[in-house]
Amino acid sequence: MTEALVRDLEAARLRYVLQLADTSLVLAQRLGEWVGHAPALEEDLGLANVALDLLGQARLLLGYAAELEGRGRSEDDLAFSRDQGEFLNVTLAEQPNGDFACTIVRQVLIDAFQLELYDSLQRSSDHRLAEIAAKSLKETRYHLAYSAGWLLRLGDGTAESHARSQAALDALWRFTVELFAADDSDTAAADAGIAPHLSELEPRWSERIQELLRQATLMPPPHTPYRWQGKRGEHSEHLGYLLADMQFLYRAYPGARW
Amino acid sequence: MHAEAELAQGPACSDGRDVQPDATPRESAIWRALASVADPEIPVLSILDLGIVRYVHWRDTPGPHVGITPTYSGCPATELIRTAVHDRLAAEGYANVTIEQVLAPPWSTDWLTSAARAKLAAFGIAPPASAAERARGAVPVLCPRCGSSATRRVSEFGSTPCKAHYSCRDCLEPFDHFKCL
Repeated sequence: MTEALVRDLEAARLRYVLQLADTSLVLAQRLGEWVGHAPALEEDLGLANVALDLLGQARLLLGYAAELEGRGRSEDDLAFSRDQGEFLNVTLAEQPNGDFACTIVRQVLIDAFQLELYDSLQRSSDHRLAEIAAKSLKETRYHLAYSAGWLLRLGDGTAESHARSQAALDALWRFTVELFAADDSDTAAADAGIAPHLSELEPRWSERIQELLRQATLMPPPHTPYRWQGKRGEHSEHLGYLLADMQFLYRAYPGARW
Repeated sequence: MHAEAELAQGPACSDGRDVQPDATPRESAIWRALASVADPEIPVLSILDLGIVRYVHWRDTPGPHVGITPTYSGCPATELIRTAVHDRLAAEGYANVTIEQVLAPPWSTDWLTSAARAKLAAFGIAPPASAAERARGAVPVLCPRCGSSATRRVSEFGSTPCKAHYSCRDCLEPFDHFKCL
């Protein structure tokens, strides 16, 4: 490979790792907002446990991204000192918690995505990513068991819980298009064997989600055109508020360690 | 002390596989020192019981290199364990200790020693089914207090990342189950 190609590939690798890290980090922060507010103690613990796993995965990925970047920044610097336009998470992850049904629907959609992603990523030509994926996959199975279990109970529950779950699904479905819309770094990473092709993951995700929705007596919404580009750093209005909350302390006390 | 003696006291998997059969005498001494480092969240277990110490290497380096794998990637105990390992080895007079994070292969509850399973049950935590038990089919979670198999899962997630929350239909007590991973 020429020097320019190597440089392009390394840039794509860093971007890809940041995409994965930011989705887990932002979703962990969202789930953490439930602590002390969930409908029952068990759900408070459940959501916090899932958030903790996602935070751990994000830390492994951000640590790797910091090494790849090679500019002396730490995982904390990447988490707490980048601005909204530098975050590369999928837009779905930053959507507000809403009610419990909304949180569960968002979680099922992302858990099922991460399950397929990590399952494939275990075979990445990138040794570090393969290791992180193998570790994360085991945790993600528990996350999906939890969120899917709640989706069934809410969707196939009372008229109220059904209506709220359907409303959440209708509101969030449009963001799922982005999960499988490959951008340049997705394509470059996939072509280099670093990442799976998103087009391979989509049918597996779709089949699982359709079956879950059927069991939960929920109607899959119609396909909507792709409009969201969080992976390119173009976010919905919600991410800035989330980052303000998450980054406040580190920005008030630069270099703070804990 | 050599590998045979270590088998009896810790660095072995529950399936009897010795983690480091070719340990040198000074590596074995490190293993023995680590046997007294307790897990901060389940203090009846040592970090060797948990199977999270993956290797001790001390051949051509000024100090020992200890490889530790996290149980769950976000487990807050991981940082505490690193500190505890460092402090224990420092207290025994070892300098230049390097602690390395190992991710692959990912930690499994199949690495809990059989001693660890017994200690968990005695402590009131239902141990995870072993690989051999799972291979024989669905394994009921037994109440660690009364031994009943009439138990129900309250939540997949409990007080720490490694535990699920159960309750017993017979003695009605809630209890933790160390879940399979």
